[in-house]
Amino acid sequence: MKSLAELEAIRERAKADMAGRTEGGRKVVVGMATCGIAAGARSVMNVLVEEVRTRQLKDVAVTMTGCIGVCRLEPIVEIIEPNGERITYVKMDEAKARRVVVEHLVNGRVCQDLTIGAAEAED
Amino acid sequence: MHDLSLHLLDIVQNSIKAQARLVQVFIAGDEATDQLTLTVVDDGKGMSPDQLALASDPFYTTRTTRSVGLGLPLLKELCEMTGGRLLLESQPGQGTRLEARMSLSSIDRPPLGDLGATWSVILSAAGSDIDFDLQMCSNGRQRMMQTLELRQVLGDVPLGEPAVLSWIRDFVAEMQQEIFGGIHR
Repeated sequence: MKSLAELEAIRERAKADMAGRTEGGRKVVVGMATCGIAAGARSVMNVLVEEVRTRQLKDVAVTMTGCIGVCRLEPIVEIIEPNGERITYVKMDEAKARRVVVEHLVNGRVCQDLTIGAAEAED
Repeated sequence: MHDLSLHLLDIVQNSIKAQARLVQVFIAGDEATDQLTLTVVDDGKGMSPDQLALASDPFYTTRTTRSVGLGLPLLKELCEMTGGRLLLESQPGQGTRLEARMSLSSIDRPPLGDLGATWSVILSAAGSDIDFDLQMCSNGRQRMMQTLELRQVLGDVPLGEPAVLSWIRDFVAEMQQEIFGGIHR
């Protein structure tokens, strides 16, 4: 049974985590409008949050946004670098989300084949 | 949309966009009357009578990125398929109340789905200026989770912290299991 006492312990650990975090980190934004949700964005987002937590990525914030306007390519995940550069990943799923965490967020290599550029070249 | 938890994730965002300070979600099952009711009440900016009349029209939306808005129409269709209905009330400046009534036993009623996953996603993006109540009840059992109470425990640690979200996800899943039983409800 989950209890509020457990949440207190999490608070203490989270405080330590937050202290070690760098300002101005990277943002991971998941499209979570009707189109994204129907295409599977919720599980993509939960995988991203879970991976960021277990890998203790200190400079990554996962958040969500509405419809970006290319509903046919949902679920869409955008990674915004501290310098403002955006990488847009499309047609995501749980496995692709894990791959983006490892290759892009941890190792700094963009997964070119999952980007919007690659998807549009295919069409 | 495969289940009700996905619809909930979708429609709660209407309340967030309406700048609500408090969003109350109430999920009630009643076998005696064969009803499952999903109610979302917010104190956001509300809708004018004209907007309210158009809210469940798929070709009406306030967004500018595309010209259709399917969130409410899809939920309305679902309710009606089970023999229920979607009720919407709104007052500009006061807020909006949505009540989705479904027949509990209808073959067309989707399962509740993973409410824990929905709640962790909603709270991941919730600013410190918005609170959520989640209440579930069925056959005399009742449980509630309030972000206000969680925030009192967490102090300056935000709800969006990954470790906190993980706890919330499990906590809501436990609530759901206790009130509604297995994943099919």
